[in-house]
Formats: sequence, structure tokens, C-alpha cells
Amino acid sequence: MVDLLIYLAAALTGLALLLALYRFVKGPSTADRVIAFDVLTIIGITAIALLALLEGRGIYLDVALVYALLSFLGVIVIARYLERGL
Amino acid sequence: MESLLAPLGGVLLVAGATFLLLGGLGLVRMPDIFNRIQAGAKATTLGTLLSLAGIACLQPAWAAKLLLIGLFILFTNPLSSHVLARAAHRGGAEKSPLTAVDRLAEDQRGDQA
Amino acid sequence: MNSMSPLILGLSVLLCVTLIGAALVAIRATRLPIAILAAGLVSLIASILFLVLAAPDVAMTEAAIGSGLTTFLFFFVLARVRGAEKDGDELAGDELAGVKHDGVGK
Repeated sequence: MVDLLIYLAAALTGLALLLALYRFVKGPSTADRVIAFDVLTIIGITAIALLALLEGRGIYLDVALVYALLSFLGVIVIARYLERGL
Repeated sequence: MESLLAPLGGVLLVAGATFLLLGGLGLVRMPDIFNRIQAGAKATTLGTLLSLAGIACLQPAWAAKLLLIGLFILFTNPLSSHVLARAAHRGGAEKSPLTAVDRLAEDQRGDQA
Repeated sequence: MNSMSPLILGLSVLLCVTLIGAALVAIRATRLPIAILAAGLVSLIASILFLVLAAPDVAMTEAAIGSGLTTFLFFFVLARVRGAEKDGDELAGDELAGVKHDGVGK
């Protein structure tokens, strides 16, 4: 039963990935794409953690840790650029 | 105990993935950039934290590293969404016609007057 | 050839679709910040696909350099260039409120 729940969670995560991708492709402004990028990074962190669970390898979580740091720095840099303060 | 932990982890995983899906849906459906930031930041933060908690229940040995990832996301995600919303407001992003109040613009006008 | 589980196969197909979509945005975008963002997104999806292929070290390098350093470097350089060419006409302003002209070219 737990396997079924994990399958369901992976399917929902994939659907969320597609919805955020739609907003990234559609736009219309740069800020919309930045928030879509942020959401896609967060969904990617969840996908990496799910992948680690499915493969049973804890070392994959290090990549998720790197992304948890990088998404923050990336959005800060882009927001400063958009404010023309960089 | 063991038999209780695994179903709890599965349920937490599905709940977290549901919140991620709701965040993506809000990103598509909301009318303007500020509403999209609202939906995208809050729902996905909760969804990721619930998913990480579910994985920690399924694999208790990874709990420390998962807690670290969760703490990073909990601290940095609201901050980055706030910085982005401020940048969008300063850049004069279009607001939805349904927007009733804009306290930040009122404050800025009050400072200048 | 060892067989993949159907779940991981489906997840890979979804990731590949996302990768192609992001790459198309990177090619067709007419404004530079959007193209840089899309290139960062391609790196993100590529590093998850590296994880699917069981290469965590390559994925970590791609995360740190491809998705992190390159994106930041592009934005710093873009800000520098924009500051140097104040009167320039090639980098149209109004990126935030650019609702009138969509960034993805027709």
C-alpha cells in the first residue's frame, strides 16, 4: 500500500512540474518566469528526494541540499538585477 | 511502531505532493504576478516540507539531512519570494483589476507628501 | 540492459519533456534575462536526469556550475553591460512590466 502512495505522490509531483512549466513558457513578464523558475527548483528538490527514496541511495540528498541553497541565491541575484541594483 | 511509521510516511508524501500540485495550479490560474507569488511560494514551501517529512518517516536514517534541507527551505523560500515581490512592485508590475488596496504604494505616496 | 521501473521511466519522460520545453524557450526568447533563466532551467532538469542515470557526482557538479555559477555570472555581466551602455537601445527596458510584448518570439 505504501508503494501505491509513493507512486501517487510521484505522479502528482510530475503534474505540478508540467503546470509550472506552462507558466514558465507562457510568461508574460520576466517576474512571472522567475517565480516559475523558483517553483520548478522547489519541485526539483522534491523530485530528487523522491528519487533517493526510490533508489534507496542517501547520497542523492546532497544534490537536493545544493539546490536548496542555490535557488535562494539565484532568486536574490535575479531580483536585484530586475531592481537595477546589481 | 514500525508498522505505523511507513503508512504515515506515505500519507505525508501524498499530502505534500498535493500541495505542490495546488501551488502549480495557482501559478497557472492566478490573475497577476503578486497572486502568483503568493500561491507559488507558500503552497510549495508547505508541500516540500511535508514531502521531506514523509521521506524521513519512510527512511528514518536520513532524518538529519532531510531536516537540514527542510530548514534551508523554510528560511530561504519566504525571503526570496519577498525580495521578488518587492522587485516586481518597484518595477511597476501590472496589478489585477480586482486589487482593492495597495498599502505599500499608499505608504510611498505618504512619504513623498 | 537492466530494466527501469515504470515509475522512474515515466518520471524521466516527464523530465525530458520539461527539458525540451525549457530549451525551446532558451532558443526562442527575444529578451536576454529570459534566455538565461531558461538555460538555468535546462541545467536543473539535466542534473535530475544525471541522478536518474545514477551519477550523483556529475549531478552535483552540474548543479553547482551549470545551474548556479553560470546563471549568476551571466546576470552580473548583463548588469555590467547595461551600465556601460546607458544610452544603448538593444536592451529594451521595462522588463518587469513587459506585458505588452511577449518575450517568446513568434
